[in-house]
Amino acid sequence: MTDQAYNFAYLDEATKRMIRRALLKGLAIPGYQVPFASREMPMPYGWGTGGVQVTAACLTPEDTLKVIDQGADDTTNAVSIRKFFERTADVATTEATAEATVIQTRHRIPEVPLTEGQILVYQVPIPEPLRFLEPRESETRKMHALSEYGLMHVKLYEDIARHGAIATSYAYPVQVEGHYVMDPSPIPKFDNPKLGDNAAIQLFGAGREQRIYALPPYTRVVSLDFEDHPFEPTKADHSCDLCGAGDTYLDEVITDDQGSRMFVCSDTNYCVTRQAEAEAGAAQ
Amino acid sequence: MAHDTVLAAGFADPARDAARAFRLCLNAMARPGTLQDVAPIAAPAPLSAAAATVLLTLADSTTPLFIGTSHDTPEVRAWIAFHTGAPLVDRAQAVFAVGSWAALGPTEAFAQGTAEYPDRSTTLIVERSALTPANARLTGPGIQHAHELRLPDPAAFQANAALFPLGVDFYFTAGTQLAALPRTTKVEAL
Ligand SMILES: [Zn+2]
Repeated sequence: MTDQAYNFAYLDEATKRMIRRALLKGLAIPGYQVPFASREMPMPYGWGTGGVQVTAACLTPEDTLKVIDQGADDTTNAVSIRKFFERTADVATTEATAEATVIQTRHRIPEVPLTEGQILVYQVPIPEPLRFLEPRESETRKMHALSEYGLMHVKLYEDIARHGAIATSYAYPVQVEGHYVMDPSPIPKFDNPKLGDNAAIQLFGAGREQRIYALPPYTRVVSLDFEDHPFEPTKADHSCDLCGAGDTYLDEVITDDQGSRMFVCSDTNYCVTRQAEAEAGAAQ
Repeated sequence: MAHDTVLAAGFADPARDAARAFRLCLNAMARPGTLQDVAPIAAPAPLSAAAATVLLTLADSTTPLFIGTSHDTPEVRAWIAFHTGAPLVDRAQAVFAVGSWAALGPTEAFAQGTAEYPDRSTTLIVERSALTPANARLTGPGIQHAHELRLPDPAAFQANAALFPLGVDFYFTAGTQLAALPRTTKVEAL
């Protein structure tokens, strides 16, 4: 039951309209950061208040919500956000990627390919990919307006000169439809190829920085690279020690105080589902 | 009678109905050319249910609105004032505009956004007698292969798309049907 002390999905209607208008302009100008007036939410900024506000503006009573944090449904952060929307919007929730209509995420894109009925909402800490090159907003706006991304390429090339490869492994910058360079949020670069040509709607919310941006389905998204150093969506050179998957993004987990370690899928729902399928197969 | 339409219409359950209506607006803009069906709603003629739904969902006292002569009646003005509070303005100041294609006039008269803030551009709600049969083929972001839609003047949308990242964005409305065309969509006449 919805807690009657709150408006549907917590935010007041005027705030939701403002966020909704920003989301639509974001979809109309893929990869461009639309300013919005971020609201205080009843949780700390580090918990993804930008994503929470976007989710609040998008949820309908009929939605089924999934919330993941680094691929896991059961972290404190994911559980709190899920409970928040169960209480304020009375929506159904799930851990199964395929059953969700709205997925809020921090730092991962699910392993199961998304579908046309789904919306993926990213929590974004720093939306401006050029910020570390140029602190002034007035200047980064100009650079985006002119598609002037030479400095970004120089930065990536310095990585190559120093490390023999591009060292950036999270929040790896992408260019959208040949125009805006966009920060995909701190997802591993392993996930970058899923940003482009995705059947789902992808929405990005940065609370502290007050920016919203979006990728419509089937949008052309290219990870920045060089002819002699093409982009590589790398992962640990292992298979999952729990489900055996050889094609998923893995977390390295220390299993005891002797320093033993194992590699497991970061997408816990994907891993658990595969283990259950394997068990069912073995039982037959 | 006119007074009744003004007061009675609107969303029955404002927060939840607006959320459902926004999902249709979002899906329309994310997948240009696809037809969305809004829930029937009473709005003063000639305002369609779909156009009324877009206004109820997105317009308010912070979004100046231009009404084309096709829709500029006392009843429509009263309905918009009562349900949205949007101030009525000329084309160049409008965040939203509603009317027939002819009444809205050349789209260059509306805000196109600026190089640094291309989002500061008008969204036009173009009232149509029908959104089919298609006369244009659409490609671009949001479209896997190609979508088709009936457009008033395909060449005007080619000119708008050529302004990218500037340009205006469109909703097309007919009865309870809704479709959208953002500035990124490439339009070919069929
Ligand atoms: Zn696994």
